[in-house]
Amino acid sequence: MNNVQTKYSVLTKSFHWVSAIAVIFLFALGFWMVELTYYSSWYKTAPHIHKSIGILLFIVTLLRLINKVKQPSLEPISTHSSMIRLISKVTHYGLYILLLVIMFSGYLISTADDRGIDVFNFFTVPSMGELFPNQEDTAGLIHEYLAYTIIGLTVLHAVGALKHHFIDKDDTLKRMLNK
Amino acid sequence: MRKSFISALILGAAMVLPAQAADYVIDDKGAHAAINFKVNHMGFSYVTGRFNKFNGTFTLDEKDMSKSKVSVTVDTTSIDSNHAERDKHVRSGDFLDASKFGKATFVSTSVKDKGNGKVAITGDLTLHGVKKSIVIDAVKVGEGDDPWGGHRAGFAGSTSISMKDFGLAGVMDFGDITFDLHVEGIKQ
Repeated sequence: MNNVQTKYSVLTKSFHWVSAIAVIFLFALGFWMVELTYYSSWYKTAPHIHKSIGILLFIVTLLRLINKVKQPSLEPISTHSSMIRLISKVTHYGLYILLLVIMFSGYLISTADDRGIDVFNFFTVPSMGELFPNQEDTAGLIHEYLAYTIIGLTVLHAVGALKHHFIDKDDTLKRMLNK
Repeated sequence: MRKSFISALILGAAMVLPAQAADYVIDDKGAHAAINFKVNHMGFSYVTGRFNKFNGTFTLDEKDMSKSKVSVTVDTTSIDSNHAERDKHVRSGDFLDASKFGKATFVSTSVKDKGNGKVAITGDLTLHGVKKSIVIDAVKVGEGDDPWGGHRAGFAGSTSISMKDFGLAGVMDFGDITFDLHVEGIKQ
């Protein structure tokens, strides 16, 4: 057994909250920008910001997963039933997998024609070319549907945290907030 | 001696006399055909693109051009403007709605000989679920035996349609779409 921890590190908490803000922002921005008309002054800027933050979040997520693997897992709160532990585990892994697949599918939309993605005019992520036929359409549908899915799962995740905080009155939410 | 004279006569006649009506298949496999388009980009310049997948046939009657005909089916999902994000947008419900209207067809209804190898091909274009008569101005480029045992005839054509006419301007209207068409048929 690893030496069991009872507190999240500052780094772990930072990863969590930065990702939370980024995911909600990206979803809102994406939801809004796809309806922009061609004559909107945001027509080019909004997708540029969306893609740039998406790539940065992908890098952050990779670092986050390395951090997660390297750090010993937190001891589950003793009052949590095995059912609750299972549900939260599935939700957490689901969120990680969705994050990666959504970001990768987004990358595949914009790079289907060999064009790279400019990240805030700071660096360019090169294209891997067209990996499968109709890539931009297929990746686009995956990106869209899974974005709704992750928001649904995020709501479940947040409602769960609030339930533990206000109804069960345990430390689930506190240990992700407190120092 | 005599035999070869007769065969030379037949051969000569075949070369001089206009060809009879013949059926051709457009050589899309060898990509000796193209459906290119051009759309004005907000008055600044033109965006050009093409449909990569299509097939068709034509009947060519040099003696009586009005008996000629052409029919082409285009896979609208194969639009290619050399920009994946734009192609995705053009295929979407904002424009082609290609998941619903995956095919566009052109079927000629009359072919008029205008002399000097020029023809006016009137036909029904069905695009985005809208069927409208359009005229393609075409000119014969060449005809003859190819080096691989076949016989080919080719035309270049152009036409233009208004986005509005085919219900493509609901979200954005870029005016007219000009088509630059090239077909090379292999005689059947």
